[in-house]
Amino acid sequence: MSTILEVEKPLIELEAKIRELREVNLTGGVDLSAEIRQLERKAQLLKASIYDNLSGWDRVQIARHAQRPTTLDYLENIFTEFTELHGDRLLGDDPAVVAGLARLSGQACVVFGHQKGKETKENLHRNFGMPNPEGFRKACRMMRMAERFGLPIVSFIDTPGAYPGIVAEERGQFEAIASSIMLMTGIKVPIVTVVIGEGGSGGALGIAVGDKVLMLENSVYSVISPEGCATILWRDVSKARQAANSLGLTSEKLRELGLIDEILPEPVGGAHRNPGQIYTTVKQAIERNLNALKRETGESLVEGRYQKYRLMGRHREASNSELPTHP
Amino acid sequence: MARFLEKLRLQGPKVARPGNRVLSAGQTEANWTKCASCAVVLRKKNLDDNHGVCPECGHHHKITAFERLDMLSDSGSFQEWDRRLVSEDPLDFGQDYLEKLAGDRVKTGLTDAILTGRCTLDGRPMAIGIMDFRFRGGSMGSVVGEKINRLLEKALHERLPSVVVTSSGGARMQEGMLSLMQMARTSAAVRLVNEAGLPYITILTDPTTAGVAASFASLGDVILAEPKAIIGFSGARVIEQTIRQKLPEGFQTSEFYLSKGFIDRVVHRHEMRSTLSSVLGLLCGGTQGESMAKGEKA
Repeated sequence: MSTILEVEKPLIELEAKIRELREVNLTGGVDLSAEIRQLERKAQLLKASIYDNLSGWDRVQIARHAQRPTTLDYLENIFTEFTELHGDRLLGDDPAVVAGLARLSGQACVVFGHQKGKETKENLHRNFGMPNPEGFRKACRMMRMAERFGLPIVSFIDTPGAYPGIVAEERGQFEAIASSIMLMTGIKVPIVTVVIGEGGSGGALGIAVGDKVLMLENSVYSVISPEGCATILWRDVSKARQAANSLGLTSEKLRELGLIDEILPEPVGGAHRNPGQIYTTVKQAIERNLNALKRETGESLVEGRYQKYRLMGRHREASNSELPTHP
Repeated sequence: MARFLEKLRLQGPKVARPGNRVLSAGQTEANWTKCASCAVVLRKKNLDDNHGVCPECGHHHKITAFERLDMLSDSGSFQEWDRRLVSEDPLDFGQDYLEKLAGDRVKTGLTDAILTGRCTLDGRPMAIGIMDFRFRGGSMGSVVGEKINRLLEKALHERLPSVVVTSSGGARMQEGMLSLMQMARTSAAVRLVNEAGLPYITILTDPTTAGVAASFASLGDVILAEPKAIIGFSGARVIEQTIRQKLPEGFQTSEFYLSKGFIDRVVHRHEMRSTLSSVLGLLCGGTQGESMAKGEKA
């Protein structure tokens, strides 16, 4: 996967030119500092114009960026302890979902999330972050444990989708996702979900039902991959760009539709450009939300969660003239 | 035996049976239709009278929500709920989509991809939802989700068992993430009837896949399915593209999932009413007849 986005190219070129001029400035004895300052101002404006106008498709590229921080990066950098726990106690352990016990600023919690790899070998091991049923069932096990011990849940979302494979289907991918979703709607401890990269359809939602769903500014969350949508709606995978821009998968659109609770700002250019900054942002946001949710009883959390999801939809009442006749 | 039948099939032409007929090429009478599985030509009326089951090969054709309702309820007992709810175009997919919605309303007599209401079956009241594949492929958008939620909430308040018959390719793409969220809200409502101890039964018909399979369809206390219905999360084409090989015969059918332990029974359409009635009666509990009462006295 390319690490430079199409839209970033002019900026990357400009930055290279500035570096070049700086070197000449140091070694060549000619004073170029005025030119350099001018180019730096230009770069700043360019940066702003590029990243303020990212399309859905651009966001998909950033969300899929090979260097984008993953679930394990967050676990390592914002939690003080993490003990990974394995297995669904039924069949196996799915490396596409990591799970375990962790501590965030003193608070013990249960954490699970999709795990992508950063290079090919790790990606093959992690199945590119696409869970099999065992991944969802491992998460379910963690949810029940969290409830039993009164520990809040943090889930991280970063998957292209549930794995579409023979064995996954054979072991009941649909049942695993449905059961996980239903369980999560009724768990009597606080749940904070953070969409850190790609939120791919049912594979994402399976572990993403939260009291608070936060989304990194450039992450995406979609009912279907842009490629899948283009294939189905227009029978043409090359229309993925158009699909990405039509599907309403950006954090701003989802906030507007009331489907997520909060957008977490990213460093200019995306989380990968300044991971330290995004770790601080994510840590503070999880802490703040968990602290607010901690005051509620389990029953009121579950009731609130039901009411929150109950409102997610758009419909209207038909006029008499629109009503068809009964056959 | 199967090979013998296969040979017969290949030999063609079709043997006409009483009530059926072989049509010559190009003959397109409105009263005739072809079985989607064995291709035998059938009188439409015969197929309809047989509830869409091919009298030759037993293939279960898709039927309308209203036909399904007739089969699964007492005549005249149905009161429809929330008929006025219709879809919007929240992502501005445009006029083309709105026209398709309006066209499907006229074509099906439904206002969206599910018919919901209250009825009785052998005198027992129940809440029922029936999806219809003819309406945008049975796709689940906000209206399907809202109607399922209202159905289950009414079942909860009136303490009724509920039955949902599914037929859907999954989420409605034109509603984007709103449609994905229907998986969460419908599943949350199923949990409510579960916790209230009210039976929730699902009947999976061809096809039940993706978002619908991965939410309220697979959460039934009892899951029944029609023969050879396609069931699953990912579509066959997507899987084939991913693994780059052909899928085995019979993959993702009701019979396949019966053998894998994900559905309770494969039930012939003609037996569905009696099976459903019996399951509901048993789940609703209580005693029937005299023998148990006598036994308790003794």
